[in-house]
Amino acid sequence: MIKKGGQITYEKRGDALVVHVCGEIDHHSAVGVRTGIDDRIMAERPTRVLLELSAVDFMDSSGLGLIMGRFALVKQYGGTLAVLDPSPAVMKIMKLAGMERMVSILKTKVK
Amino acid sequence: MKNNRVDFSAAVENEMCLILPSLSVNEGMARAAVAAFCAQLNPTALELADIKCAVSEAVTNCIVHAYREEMGEIRIEVKLCEGRLIQIEIRDRGCGIENVKQAREPLFTTDAEGERSGMGFTVMESFCDELRVTSRVGRGTSVTLLKRLHK
Repeated sequence: MIKKGGQITYEKRGDALVVHVCGEIDHHSAVGVRTGIDDRIMAERPTRVLLELSAVDFMDSSGLGLIMGRFALVKQYGGTLAVLDPSPAVMKIMKLAGMERMVSILKTKVK
Repeated sequence: MKNNRVDFSAAVENEMCLILPSLSVNEGMARAAVAAFCAQLNPTALELADIKCAVSEAVTNCIVHAYREEMGEIRIEVKLCEGRLIQIEIRDRGCGIENVKQAREPLFTTDAEGERSGMGFTVMESFCDELRVTSRVGRGTSVTLLKRLHK
């Protein structure tokens, strides 16, 4: 079965905007995810953005570009961005790219 | 780089060929189809995830770099060989790569304006046992991924 990629929901937690992404993130789905997130971020300019990726069961290097692009966007207006609860698939490719040294990774879920 | 080079002469036990137009919606289709075909060897979930990711990178390269704004054909050949060796060739007839060695370097990208990470070949190389790339400018590129499954 081919899973639908990159569905997004949003949640406010204090001064943070939590962006829940689920499904598959590839070059095809990243376009829609990027547009959706950017519109929301630029409308609200939250101090903190948390990209919650626990339900992303596939991500290739297009997802790395997506995370870095949002990181740069939020930084432009003085905000911060962290990745929250990355799935094993997300964690594996982030580690491969050495991204844990650039972007904060927060884990709240006990395995 | 892995030290043990994969034996290309291993006997083929089963094979499939998939030809797709270079539409981005086919990225998911391509990796799912290859994974479904490889599943007959009972790979682990991790091995299957690695194969899907490597295929996705190669197919995305065809769409983003080889054909760019044009439509072209992406040909994917999968061979299941003796010794639980999987050989996947992804071929395009796009613009080709001028400098393959440079293209394979981590973080190298020709897409300075966009959000390409430049990690495509690095992912393929890391998630497979061997990666072979041949390319001719104006003629196209062939990427071969080799993955040996654990017994």
